Order: sequence, then structure tokens, then C-alpha cells
Amino acid sequence: MIPAAFDYVAPSSVDEVVRELAAAGDEAKVIAGGQSLLPVLRMRLAAPAKLVDLGRIPELRGVRDDGDAIVIGAMTTHYEVQRDPLVREHASLIALATDTVADPQVRHRGTFGGSLAHADPAGDLLAPALALDAELVLSGVDGRRTVPAGEFFTDIFTTSMRQDEILCEVRVPKRTGWNAHYEKFNRVAQAWSIVAVAAAVRTEDGTIAEARVGLTNMAATPLRATAVEQALVGQPATTEAITAAAQHAAEGTSPSVDGNADLEFRQHLARVLTSRAVSAAVGA
Amino acid sequence: MTATVEPEIGRARLRKEDARLIAGRTRWTDNLTLPGLLHMAILRSPMAHARITAIDVTVARKMSGVLAVFTGADLADEQGSLPCAWPITEDMKSPSAPSVAVDRVNFAGEAVAVVVARSAYEAADALEAIDVDYDELPVVLDMEAAVAEGADLVHEDLGTNTSATWVFDSAEAGTGSDVEQAIAEAEVLIERTYRQQRLIPAFMEPRSVVVDPTGEQFTMWSATQVPHILRVMLAMTLSVPEHKVRVIAPDVGGGFGGKLQVTPEEVLTFLVARRMGKAVKYTETRSESILAAHHGRDQLQKLTLAARRDGTVTGLKVELLADMGAYLRLVSPGVPILGAFMFNAIYKFPAYRFVCTNVFTNKTPTDAYRGAGRPEATFAIERLMDELAAELGVDPIEVRERNWIRHEEFPFTTVAGLTYDSGNYEAATAKAKELFGYDALRAEQRERRERGDSVQLGIGTSTFTEMCGLAPSRVLGSLSYGAGGWEHAAIRMLPTGKVEVVTGSSPHGQGHETAWSQIVADQLGVPFEDVEVLHGDTQSSHKGMDTYGSRSLTVGAMAVVRAADKVKAKAAKVAAHMLEASEGDVEFEAGAFRVRGAGATAKSVSIQDVALAVFAAHDLPDGVEPNLDSEATFDPENFSYPHGTHLCAVEVDTETGRVDVRSYVAVDDVGKVVNPLIVEGQVHGGLAQGIAQALFEEAVHDESGTLLTGTFADYLVPSAADLPTFTTDRTETPATSNVLGVKGVGEAGTIASTPAVVNAVVDAVRHLGVSDIQMPCTPMRVWQAIRTGQTDAGGLGNEAGGGLGSIDSSGGAR
Repeated sequence: MIPAAFDYVAPSSVDEVVRELAAAGDEAKVIAGGQSLLPVLRMRLAAPAKLVDLGRIPELRGVRDDGDAIVIGAMTTHYEVQRDPLVREHASLIALATDTVADPQVRHRGTFGGSLAHADPAGDLLAPALALDAELVLSGVDGRRTVPAGEFFTDIFTTSMRQDEILCEVRVPKRTGWNAHYEKFNRVAQAWSIVAVAAAVRTEDGTIAEARVGLTNMAATPLRATAVEQALVGQPATTEAITAAAQHAAEGTSPSVDGNADLEFRQHLARVLTSRAVSAAVGA
Repeated sequence: MTATVEPEIGRARLRKEDARLIAGRTRWTDNLTLPGLLHMAILRSPMAHARITAIDVTVARKMSGVLAVFTGADLADEQGSLPCAWPITEDMKSPSAPSVAVDRVNFAGEAVAVVVARSAYEAADALEAIDVDYDELPVVLDMEAAVAEGADLVHEDLGTNTSATWVFDSAEAGTGSDVEQAIAEAEVLIERTYRQQRLIPAFMEPRSVVVDPTGEQFTMWSATQVPHILRVMLAMTLSVPEHKVRVIAPDVGGGFGGKLQVTPEEVLTFLVARRMGKAVKYTETRSESILAAHHGRDQLQKLTLAARRDGTVTGLKVELLADMGAYLRLVSPGVPILGAFMFNAIYKFPAYRFVCTNVFTNKTPTDAYRGAGRPEATFAIERLMDELAAELGVDPIEVRERNWIRHEEFPFTTVAGLTYDSGNYEAATAKAKELFGYDALRAEQRERRERGDSVQLGIGTSTFTEMCGLAPSRVLGSLSYGAGGWEHAAIRMLPTGKVEVVTGSSPHGQGHETAWSQIVADQLGVPFEDVEVLHGDTQSSHKGMDTYGSRSLTVGAMAVVRAADKVKAKAAKVAAHMLEASEGDVEFEAGAFRVRGAGATAKSVSIQDVALAVFAAHDLPDGVEPNLDSEATFDPENFSYPHGTHLCAVEVDTETGRVDVRSYVAVDDVGKVVNPLIVEGQVHGGLAQGIAQALFEEAVHDESGTLLTGTFADYLVPSAADLPTFTTDRTETPATSNVLGVKGVGEAGTIASTPAVVNAVVDAVRHLGVSDIQMPCTPMRVWQAIRTGQTDAGGLGNEAGGGLGSIDSSGGAR
């Protein structure tokens, strides 16, 4: 599997990257960890003239505390995210979802930002980012801007990033003390999600005070199961109440259909997995 | 043999080949580089069935680094037809099988042009510049539709999609009675149709071939299981004299039957190298391997089992459709026929009829895949025995016991005409049940059913045997196979007492180097480390029938043993001379010759002493050649019949349809064991592949014949994370058909495990009205079966077979 020929640059600053992208127009493609892009290139599903590698820009890497949020550098690898104490404490949903991504080799190369920017609806980090109201910080020739996750994912493999922009970092509001769970359904351990549900819940004295539920692979973009979230609030953190609320999980979904699951099965899975995700999060 | 040291046979030695392989000091074909090596790439048809109306290669030919582009028209005169060595019937229809399509393509993935370039990169780039015009033809994909009246044809010139129909009937053969009568008189009739989905061998190392035409001989390196067969077939196919071809199978990374082939890629590389007068390499991509290397299984099995109410089976009728794909490859037609002798399995059925219709479709050709014919047969009968048990409301093991051959009845000639030499099904089953905790699991199953647990427990049984050690040449001849089934070995005694063993079997991961060293160490009384095993090069190993069908040990190693016998016989003459004794007074033990009865302290000469004396040749008896080297060719008189009892417990999540294998017990009887570690490895790998068919793997085509499962993201090969911890054990009933008492083990795990798993899945949800789930048992299929069963209570779902009427109120099979 040999990709078509391409030029390759590895700039050492974001400014340089942005200039490269602006100059190259549609001909360039950004490479982060390469875990999605390289197979695409090798199968010749894409043949960009130039690859701009983000791998040599230290400022894009790492996790920092920023008051009411944590900030995850786009080039932080899944392996680093999994183990980062800030992520585990303030955005445990992201750490748990990252645990399920592919296999250790992929997690050592693949990056948090690359995953989001690739916008594969079966990717496991989109729904958690959406559920946690993450904000994506982009840099382009016109400077920096911040886009909420809800406006970032626009279609399958499509985001609101402009051609000259890259994703620099992701601000995730702290949800310290929340309980979270990522319930992934696939056929073999290394496969993508057929359906997965990201749940983060805050309980007060056995009652669900706040709930955030994100759905993976139930539409061209990640979805918030808002009807479920609303139905959960104020309910006791019991299996019965959660299962009842989870019956709303398939509302508004429009998943793609493949040999693993037709529409009916996917929507059924969304309900079952939502119930399980929320129950597991609260320990019901 | 050796009195002072522990025998090598039976030792769980670490494999001597592994340190090198693990450390990467490997010689895969693709690692090979030669001066001026050129690289070939293949353009493949995206169409499953089409006329080629035009191919424009002018742009590609002018591209950087490109030396030549050849189309089918360019090579038509010299490519011949790819060989099929197994014409199963005299009137078998076999289309001409080009390596590169000339005027039409018959499956998506068929080669339509090749590029030769200075680098693999430039060759790949040039593929994109070739322009092919296709005129689409109707696509034939479904076997039942293909054999129906008025069907579109894959090969119009053949006038039919049926390649051949092969029949075995016990009444006609005189091995049993008439099955139609048994069916007419049956108290219980189980009728089912099972589908063996199409599988992809998915060996670790993609295929690769290098041809160097610059020497006196053409030298071909290929990632093949069959260097010897390949050499003969190249000579027969390509009008190149056999003595001008040398084939080398260097390190080969797995095959599972997928490299038991004479491939279009090998032929094309050969033709192109001959044209260019330069060495050429072709290495397939993983996607090409999945698409174009031969596939496996793909049968539709219509089955009728007749029985009495006491569980005694009175007859079995098998009607198969077997998908050949677009062409007949090396042994394609014979693969389902290998199953013909195994549907009766370990049972004493009085009447049996087998009819197999081989069908052409516009898909990748099928051929041998681990087990080749026997997994299909074993699946069918082991599923049927569970269905019979459910129908009768008895335990599945009980119904098997009522029908199986008892250990005191061996040797036993079956209704299919084979004579099983040895076995002890009772012992293997008893051990498996104990290790499994059978009764406790049945109790838990009952409890969960009563509780209506959302996770249900199922227990699956497979009591299998198989015929392997391919094969007695006379039997192969009677089945119209195009070659014999013997194997060759040679032993060279080196002057320093070291030993070279040349084997005609061709390892590609099995561990021959270790096992053969153990055997020869015992035979000749030399240290394990002093034995070197040579293989896979037709120059050093000039004679052989290669490795497949679990034949290496039961056939290949017997040749090694016989060669060692000849070495010892030659050495005895020299040793007697050295001991100044007559040959008849000399005995060989623990690597040394002594005068018989002279005691352990008496003068002795070691086999190494003899080797040195023969090398010097200063003082040999009159008429004795200075040579201990010996060779032997062994032709087995019977197949090898390993057997075993496999028990599988699955948990089925009834809310999601997900199946988790909770425990798996495999008690195999492979006779005497040379190396328990290697046997264990074979069983583990075999189980993984058999479980994969039950739960994960399936080659899927869309309605236009495009393979949808073209990468490992879609064709799901399970990893260790998806499989349980296996509990393996053995019983040991020595084979009586060979001197070591050994039986084949390479395919046993694959053959046994698929029905064990599916039986378990069905067992878990049978009380919900399910009696079958198509393989692989994906979550969606399981979930749908449960729903269909529930909404159609008391009756049959679309997927379900019959026999639910007798399910007892406690929930069917106990």
C-alpha cells in the first residue's frame, strides 16, 4: 500500500503551519498522529500534494490547568490523555473513552486533537467532547478563535475549521466530582464503535442533579441525547428511573447503516447502552 | 532409545526457530533484494463480471521509472491456464483460468494489467494511469440462483454454472444401507439448511514472489506452502523445463491453506521476469491479499437426519452447493469432497448419502482453508446432533454417546468407507466434562433461565474427528487427485557427527525444525542441538509434497524416521567392523554401537565416531560405500484420525445479542505427542480460527460483486482480547497407522470449535424460540433471532429450523 507522492513539511510553530496551509490551499493536509490519515493515503482514497506535520510543535502537546477548565493540547497522544491526572480528575469521561480507543500502538501515536479534527462519527472522543461542552481553539491566518464542540462537528469527516486553520487545543470545563462512563459496543476489541454512549452525571443525595449524555455513531456527527438528559434530571439514581429515561436515547438520531447494525438495531442499542452508561456512571 | 538421557520426544521444548524469528532475523520473500531488482504491480478489476473493451496503457508506459506495462493480450500466448489438479469427475467443467484477464473479467480483483518499474512506488503510481473500459455483464453471486433454470452464466462457453456433481452413496458403495429408506421409516426427522459463510485465510505474511531469470535456472522465491508442487506446476503450465526451475520458500509467515496454491501472481512474476531478463519482485498489499488470494468455505448445506426416538441415528443425507468462485484453482473442486467422508464423523450411521454440486459464481475463487471440507462437515453433523437432542429432550452428549463408536470397536470401518485406526471418544468426553464442570454449568443455566436473566448461559458440545495426514496415494488416485500423497526425507551425516535433515514438507510456522530435531535426536542418539533441518528449497530438498492437511508429522516425519533407520543400518556395518564384531552381534543404543550383551562399560563406537570413520574411509569393510547418508519416501496406508471433545460455554446478552465465550475446554486426542508446546500452540491457533468463523469472520459482497470486507476494519479477525483463556488437555490413544503413534493436530482446533460455539449460542437462547443463528453469530443476528423467536412463539422464525414442538416445558435441552 503505497500512497501517491506528496511533499512533506514539519514546521516548528503554529504560525508557520498556518502560513503553509494558507499558501497550499486545498492541496495540503495536516497530519497529527497519522492513525487515520495514513491508511487513507495508503489506500489512495486521498492524495494531497503536501503534508504539514504538527509533530514538532511542543506547544501543541500536554495538558494544563486553566482555572475552571483544563486545556488539552491537540497533539497530546491518547496514551498521555489516558494517564493525565488533570484529565482523570476533572474530565474523567474523556479518560474513560480514550481507554477504549483502538489498541496500545494506536494510542501511542494517535492524538486527541487529531481524533476530533478527523471527525469520524465512529470516533470515540467526539461524543465526550460534545457532552462536556468542550471548546475547540483554532488558529488560522486571521488569528485564533474558539468554537464550541456543538458547532465544530458539521458532517461526516467534516468540521467548521477553515482550510488554513488547525486545532490547537481543547478547553474542557472542569466537572470535578462528576461520575462518568463510556459504554462502547463493538464486535472485536480493536474495532470502531458500532454505537457508544458517553455519560457524565452529577448526583446529589442519590438524585440526579445534572446529566450529560453524548452518542457516538448515531448520526453523521456526535449527538447530545438531550431528551435523556432532561428526563434524568431530578430522578433517583436507580436502574428503573435511568432505564425509563434512556428510552429517549434514539430520538433525533439518524445513524448510518452497515452490516453490523441496521437502523432498528442501532437505535435499540442506543437505548440499551444509554441505560447502561448512566447506570454505570452513578453505580446503580 | 536413549537410556542415559531423557527422550526428546515428548519434551516441551521451546522452538529453536523462534529466537531468530522474534528478533527479526527473518528471510521473508519481500526482504529479499537482488542487483537490479525490478518491481511489479498489478491492476485489478473493480468489476465482478465484464468484457474488457479497451485498455490504454500509453500514459503509464511513459511514466517515470516504468519499464513495461503488460496486458492480458500481451501475455495471452504464454500464460497458459492456471492448474487445477483435482478433476473430481470425468465430466467436470473447468474454464480456462488466465493469470491476467484477456478479454473478460470474472471476479472483482482479477488481474487486468501489470506494471514493471524500477521501484515499487513508481509501479504503484503507474497503475493509476492505466485506463480500462469495461462492458458490464450480469453478475452471478448466489449459488441457488446460479444453478436455477435460465440463470445468467459466469462462463458462457460452459453453458452452465455447475462445474461438477459428486456423489457418494453408502448403498451403492456397499458401505451401508439406503438413506431414502431410512428417511421414509424415520421416527424423527431433522431437516436443516446451514450456511458456511465465505472466509478469508488472513495469513500474517501477505504473499510475495521474486523471480530471478539470470541464472542457468529460473529461481523463484515465494511465500508458498508448496514449493515442490509449485515447481512441477510451473513446468507443466508454462512450458519451462522442470529442471530449469528452482523454487525456494524461505521464511513463510503462515498459510492456513491460503498458500497452498499456484497463484496468478507467481505466474505473472515469472512471465514478466522472463520477458525482462531481470529479477522481478511482486508483493501484494493486505487489501489485495484479502480481495484476490483464494477464499475458503462458502457452502450451502441441505441436511436430513433420520433417527429413532431413542436417539439412534438411522441415516444422513447431505446435499451441498459449494461455491468455487470464478475459476477452479489448484484443489478447489476437491475441498468439499474432503468433507464427504466426515459428515458421519464419530458415529455409527447405517445409511449415508452425500451429493455435492460445485458452482461457479463471479467471486474470488475458493480453495483450501484450514480444515478444508472437514470443518464444514463437522459443523453440520455436530449442529444436527444438538438439534436431535433438543428434539428428543435429551442431553446433547447423551445423544452422541448413543451413536458413537466405542473404544473397543476400533479399528472401525465407517459408512463412508474409511477405517479409523484408533480412538477413545468416551475418555476424551469424560475428561472434557470434568474440566468444564459440565453439571454445574447446566445447573447455572437452569437457574438463569428460571430467573429470566438478561444474560443467558449456553453450553455447546463438539465431539469431532477428522481425517488428515494427506494422504495415501492410492486413495488420492481413487478420488482423481492429480498427485500422490507420499513424503520424502533425507539425512546427511556430516564428518563432525552433526546431522542435516532434509524434509520435503515445507513449514510456514508449524515448528518443523524443532520437532524434526527432537525425532532425529532420539532416532540417532545425537544431541537436539546437533540437528539442522533443511527445507523449502527444491535444490536442497529435491523431492517433496509440502505442508497442508496436517500431513507433516504423520507423513513427513515418518519419512524422516525411515531415513534414520537406513542411516543406522549403514552405520551398523561400519561400527561392527570398528568393533571387530559381526554385524549381527552389534546393537545400537543411546547413540552408540556395542557388542550385544557386553555391558555398558564395554568398548563402544558412537554414531559420530562412525561418521568420522566413513568420512576418512581409510578402513571400511569391503563393498561398503563411504556414505551414511540416506533417504526415504513414505506413503501412508491410511489417514490420521485425531479426535476430541470440545465444550464451550457462552454468555449471550439478550438485550444486545452480544456473545461472550466464557469458558472453552478442548480435550484433544492426537495420539503420541512429539512436542506438547507445539501441540498446544496448534490447538490455540486452531480454536481462534474456528471461533472466528462462529462469531466474527465473514467475507461479504454487495449486489454488484464488490467485496465489502476489504480491510481488517471490516473483516474481523479476532485478537487475544476477544478470546477466552482456553483450557486444553489431551487423552492419548496412539495411532496404529505409524511407528510413532502420532496423529495430525494442525487443523483439529479449527474443525472442532466452530460447532461447539454455535451450539452454545443456540443453546443459550433455545428456550426463547431459537433453533438456529447464521454464522457468524453477530450481535445483530443473535438479537434478531431472539426477537423473531419471541414474537413467533411456538412456531419458527425465518432463520429457525424445525423441531421446537417437542421442547419440554423446562426449556428444551437440559
